[in-house]
Amino acid sequence: MKNRLLLLFIISIFIIIFIIFYKGLKNTNVYTPDITINKEVPSFSSELFYSNEVIKSKEIFDLDKFYLLNIWSSWCVPCRQEHSSLMDLMKIKKIKIIGLNYKDTKKNAESFLSELGNPFHQIIFDKEGINAIEWGAYGVPESFLIYDRKIIKKYIGPLNKQSIKEIKFLIK
Amino acid sequence: MLFSVIGHYSLILGLFIGLILIFFSIKNFRNSINLDTKILSFTFLQFILVVVSFLCLILSFVFSDFSNETVFNNSHTTKPLFYKISGTWGNHEGSLLLWLLVLTLFIFLFLIKTKDQPTKYKILTLVFQQVIIIGFFVFLIKTSNPFNYLYPIPEEGLGLNPILQDPALAIHPPILYLGYVGSSIIFSSALAATSLNMISKKWASHIKKWVLISWVFLTLGILLGSIWAYYELGWGGFWFWDPVENVSLMPWLALTTLLHCVLVLEKKLVLTSWVIILSISTFTLSMCGTFLVRSGILNSVHTFANDPERGLFILIFLFSLIFISLFIFFFFHKPNQSNLNNFFWLSKETSIIINNWFMMYFLSVVLVGTVYPIFLDVLTSEKISVGPPFYHKLIIPFLIPFLLIMAIGPKLKWIKSNLEDKVYLISLLFISFLLSFLIVKNFNSNFLINTILISSALYLFFVTLRDFFIKKKNNISQNIAHFGFSLLILSILFNSLFSTEIITNLKVGETFETSTTKIIFKNINQKKETNYKSIVGNFSIQNSNGKIDNLSPELRIYNQPNIVTSEADIKTTLLSDKFLVINLVQNQDYFNVRYQVKPFMLWIWLSVLLISSGALISLFKKEYEK
Repeated sequence: MKNRLLLLFIISIFIIIFIIFYKGLKNTNVYTPDITINKEVPSFSSELFYSNEVIKSKEIFDLDKFYLLNIWSSWCVPCRQEHSSLMDLMKIKKIKIIGLNYKDTKKNAESFLSELGNPFHQIIFDKEGINAIEWGAYGVPESFLIYDRKIIKKYIGPLNKQSIKEIKFLIK
Repeated sequence: MLFSVIGHYSLILGLFIGLILIFFSIKNFRNSINLDTKILSFTFLQFILVVVSFLCLILSFVFSDFSNETVFNNSHTTKPLFYKISGTWGNHEGSLLLWLLVLTLFIFLFLIKTKDQPTKYKILTLVFQQVIIIGFFVFLIKTSNPFNYLYPIPEEGLGLNPILQDPALAIHPPILYLGYVGSSIIFSSALAATSLNMISKKWASHIKKWVLISWVFLTLGILLGSIWAYYELGWGGFWFWDPVENVSLMPWLALTTLLHCVLVLEKKLVLTSWVIILSISTFTLSMCGTFLVRSGILNSVHTFANDPERGLFILIFLFSLIFISLFIFFFFHKPNQSNLNNFFWLSKETSIIINNWFMMYFLSVVLVGTVYPIFLDVLTSEKISVGPPFYHKLIIPFLIPFLLIMAIGPKLKWIKSNLEDKVYLISLLFISFLLSFLIVKNFNSNFLINTILISSALYLFFVTLRDFFIKKKNNISQNIAHFGFSLLILSILFNSLFSTEIITNLKVGETFETSTTKIIFKNINQKKETNYKSIVGNFSIQNSNGKIDNLSPELRIYNQPNIVTSEADIKTTLLSDKFLVINLVQNQDYFNVRYQVKPFMLWIWLSVLLISSGALISLFKKEYEK
């Protein structure tokens, strides 16, 4: 009899542990949205880098226009390498580059831009890395080509000459 | 392409063989005197099928077959061959295939190596092991198939996480798994023995071999992981109380306790419940670890993919195993009460039991520290993390009695004894205390606890050291292991007490000077390898007595995927390690330089090797005596 009670007790403890693990699994802090090609850009509101004002995604991306959203950070070495390509792309009037500054400090990011130049039309300041998650980013750097508020193409890793060529071709 | 198909179908066949095996086992269970040869050959076939499947995956990696999703996600053509191969188990799918490989290997070895045990017992062990194996087959095929097909075939893969591209880490998973997953056989056979009510001295000496094998591999696996963290993560520590480390430490503590219980059980028929519960918990803790790191509940290098479906599967599977084992334990296990009364307080088994309780205490501290943040997050959605201070506060004070009992326990006899040569033991205690007082004298912080802690570790050190010379008939393997343990604790203590660190920012050509050390940043070189570019900083370090060391830490910029890692340069000598690591300071010409002198680093690794060799000697001594 005593044994049965003990068994019941242990089982109920394990059931509680199970439930807690199960719930932990559900509200897992790792957040993986699936962004596929031709999907609408996620709607979000975020802080702008220079003015600190909060802006909605609809205000950033107009319909009928090309945008390149580039996720970058001052601590990211490949970003440095890709920066010249962005500066190059900036010269084209047809496309606007939107920067998403990822998990960075303002001071470092500013000196990064003053050193290498600022190709960005607007910069979203994403200190916590939450906006990047909404975009379904894997890491830095990463770029999304956007037209008509839809993601046409996603580039994981730094942009190189070839991908710039491709972007130029796509926006024609 | 071809390999993926072969590998995939081998897995499905393996699953079917598992089902066939359970069917045969149940059929043969009642009327068998000898083990059916069919069972043996099917077990062998299942093992071979998993081997084939594993080889197929390795070959897909070697030939960079990017039509295979796993290969695409974790490999790249420019990677050296060695890392292509080790990439096979450097990801979720491949490492689960390795799980399966070890599971099938161990049951096959168990069946051919176990000779003098009843057939029923062997069959039942096989059934329990097959339940685990089938569970993992289904898990692998359904949620994490390593042979998923990709079309159109990508031209290039995404590459392996560069911090995993390291020789120590390439062999760390297989070694660790042999211990981690090897404990499954202990689990299965303990359940089988309990159901048949045949836990005896004979069974204890039979299971001891398997406990020792798992234990050695688990210890070495943890050691490799720790060495890797030391030189690769660049923080200069070797143990961070990271959840991933903790989940490997928990089965280790359970297994170590089990090992000691089995030793008692082998001599005297006591502690049967301990042995069963520990056999069950070692494996369930291993599974629990897999759940925690793979489900994405915890984040770490080992979280390869965050797929809640996978987590859910392991969770349900884990709890089914726990409930099955609880059921078997409560309904089949009949504890023999008679022996319990014979316990005398001053005896070997009493000292083992006391230290078992200490081990269980350490285990629960680690368990609470690891799981508590998850519980808190679920119940109150507050996020906290439990750091080293928690573990240190709760574990260190209890190490003192633990070490003392470890020193005195083996001197006692079984059942009832008097302490022999008291004079020696007491004088050694006195010497250790005096010595540790002299060592710690110059430190102000935590003076008392450090003195006592070091003296108890020194005490164990001296007692075990002396035993090497006096008693010929002494248990040499135990003595080596305990000696190694005292060395480990001493090295860790001295390491943490006497480590020094200098952190500064330097430009090329600059010099940094303190009263004892002069760091000169001479120049930087650039190197280009196939899978990364690197910046090597050349430093020369001069200490107070004029000795100059040249250290060249490295920053590696991997091309696929594009990640920077910093490789510390470490000069290892017998007495201390000199550790130098650099990092880029953003947008400036400065490098962040960290220089550490870490005494007795080498001895931490060596003492763990010594502890393992104690277990190895015990294992081979058994084989030899037969």
